Amino acid sequence: MTKDDGSSKTIAPERAKSATGGQTRRSILKGGAAALGAAAGMSSVKGFPTIWAQEIKDIELRHVGVSYSVVKAIGDQASKDLGFKVTMQNLDTSAAINRFITQPNTVDIADLEGWQAKLAAKRGVIQGISAKKIKEFDNFLPIFTKGELNGHKIPRQGISPYEALYIAKPDATELHDGVTEWLTNVPQVYNADSIGYRPDLVGHEVTEWKDLIDPKFKGKAAILDVPAIGIMDAALCMESAGLIKYGNKGNMTKQEIDFTINKLIELKKSGHFRATWTTFDQSVQLMAAGEVIIQSMWSPAVAAVRVKQIPCVYAPVNVKGGKEGYRGWCNGMGLMKHLSGKKLDAAYEYLNWYMSGWQGAFVSRYGYYSPVPSTAKKFMTDVEWAYWYEGKPAPGPINDPYGVPMEPAGTKRDGGSFVDRVTNISCWNTLMDEAAYMNKRWNDFKVA
Amino acid sequence: MKTREQIISWLYVTPLLLVLIPFFVVPILAVLAASFMSSDGFGGMLPDPTLANYVGLLTSPLTFNLYVETVKYTVLTWFFSLIIGFWVAYFLVFHVRNPLLAIGLFLVCTVPFWTSNIIRMISWIPLLGKEGLINTALINAGLIREPLEFLLFSTFSVVVAYVHQLTIFMIVPIFSAMARIDKRLIEAALDSGASRFDVMRHIVVPLSKNGIALGSIFIVSIVMGDFYVVKVMSGGGSASVVGAFYEDIGVLQYPPAAASAVLLTIIVTLMIILILRTVDVRRELTR
Repeated sequence: MTKDDGSSKTIAPERAKSATGGQTRRSILKGGAAALGAAAGMSSVKGFPTIWAQEIKDIELRHVGVSYSVVKAIGDQASKDLGFKVTMQNLDTSAAINRFITQPNTVDIADLEGWQAKLAAKRGVIQGISAKKIKEFDNFLPIFTKGELNGHKIPRQGISPYEALYIAKPDATELHDGVTEWLTNVPQVYNADSIGYRPDLVGHEVTEWKDLIDPKFKGKAAILDVPAIGIMDAALCMESAGLIKYGNKGNMTKQEIDFTINKLIELKKSGHFRATWTTFDQSVQLMAAGEVIIQSMWSPAVAAVRVKQIPCVYAPVNVKGGKEGYRGWCNGMGLMKHLSGKKLDAAYEYLNWYMSGWQGAFVSRYGYYSPVPSTAKKFMTDVEWAYWYEGKPAPGPINDPYGVPMEPAGTKRDGGSFVDRVTNISCWNTLMDEAAYMNKRWNDFKVA
Repeated sequence: MKTREQIISWLYVTPLLLVLIPFFVVPILAVLAASFMSSDGFGGMLPDPTLANYVGLLTSPLTFNLYVETVKYTVLTWFFSLIIGFWVAYFLVFHVRNPLLAIGLFLVCTVPFWTSNIIRMISWIPLLGKEGLINTALINAGLIREPLEFLLFSTFSVVVAYVHQLTIFMIVPIFSAMARIDKRLIEAALDSGASRFDVMRHIVVPLSKNGIALGSIFIVSIVMGDFYVVKVMSGGGSASVVGAFYEDIGVLQYPPAAASAVLLTIIVTLMIILILRTVDVRRELTR
């Protein structure tokens, strides 16, 4: 079968459309589908042939995940560039994993964190992604593909993106330690989380997690209320204050969980926490409304506070003496098992589009990173690149992805360059083995 | 002839059954079944019957604390919405002489409910916050120096939000019960020398009882089954029964969550039975 064979068929649907309308066109398309699918699948599709553009028009891909990772503007741009429809649907973390597992057929692309990829593979709702079909795979940062960066081993407390990346066979249900050609997901966006604070009210530079539980800030502090990661933020605080040394913050023992929660309850009873937050907006509101002056926070939330002309700093919590460090997270795209044929081809096209730079540049403009910075760079101005990735004083004013002015020229990004921040990640978002027990204890903290 | 009548009465209940069986009975049975399974930790349920979920639930002090917290919100919300709802309904029925105006005012009561629950709840935050309207006003008026922190992210703010959301559920049934009280009864009582207090005690309250009971059922079942208001208005500083098992679902621990749901269903059912014991709503409704 040759490409010419397929191209000749495109003429037919085009004519049918103008003559008789959608129904007939579709039935003719069906006939050609097998041939087309094969043709499209074989060539790794560079600049889509007309034939492809005709075939994929009716395809709709549903990309489902949390709002900070699955962004409507990105889906709209993808639809425009790819010629088929991409619909973005947002759910919170727990609703998302529940949907992937209980209604896998209502999702095409699942947006997965490392631990969710592990669960999804275990439950057999996703299919292995062939690394060979991901065009930029060789340009991915080795953080993801090899678990290192510039010779620095990326810590594996919690579930690191590297750890959750590989499976041995396309239908394997267990993660594979070591490089294979089958992926559970294609990493797409990640960052290093730490603390946000009001420099004018805190009074000194914050570089250690223990400031979050410092009695000085009693009634003015808040912590993240998503048990699985809130406890890691708490653990970073406890470790920083020298109260305990964890074997693995990302997979605590029951004793470690008990210690951490009991300390949290003690803090709560003393009135330390003004609130806890679950969504991005809540954290922005808490800070902007003056309810808290220090809290665990996400980078774009800090930016959102600053846009309101309220001073807010993202604490650079570089690793020192085996303590501190950022809590890293990474979301990647998984292909649901039910995808096949044309739709699967379209999904691969989508993944490749995602890695081709537009999305990478977009997320970089609010402080997240692309796993393929080399393509993102092409879509960023030199000013943006210097500020967001190189950690240099911005040579010009910085705008957010929607064009709203964010920072004046000369501002330096908190935490410094990309390499500085990423190599100081000390643990990753996870689901612990003792998750059920931890959850129960977290509720003890909530109700105390 | 007997069978014909039976068929007809079955036909009468069919629409109800068609709704209740697939949308209530089947899901409840599924939850009940799940509550006796065990979890594999990865979202799977192992079908080996076990009581472990219930044992864990019933022996945990957490369960008790969660119920204390949730019942506290329920009772406070019930109390304040009853007080407010009763007097609003009383005013509309007995003090507004023009029935058209009464109906009009009654509809005005529902205006805030044209907006979403969530918007109405969140609107309280800028009002009650440390730098919110109330605190700013009090500080500017020189009445306080430090902002009052109990206003937001506290039991107070949770109850304010609930009462604001749910008082309408008290007003409606009490209004409709009071509207059915024969005004001549009150005139007769007053003519025979009863004080306003006597009228209230012997006529208005007893004859509004079914409305109060219905309103109470709404409030109790809604507050016991809610978690979002508690989560947002307590600033995450408090928890609720449903909130706790929602967290279980978040980590795919379906069986323990199912057991919690079954326990909650039983407890809410008992609370409603208790309310119904005090008033025979069915008799009052068919009156």
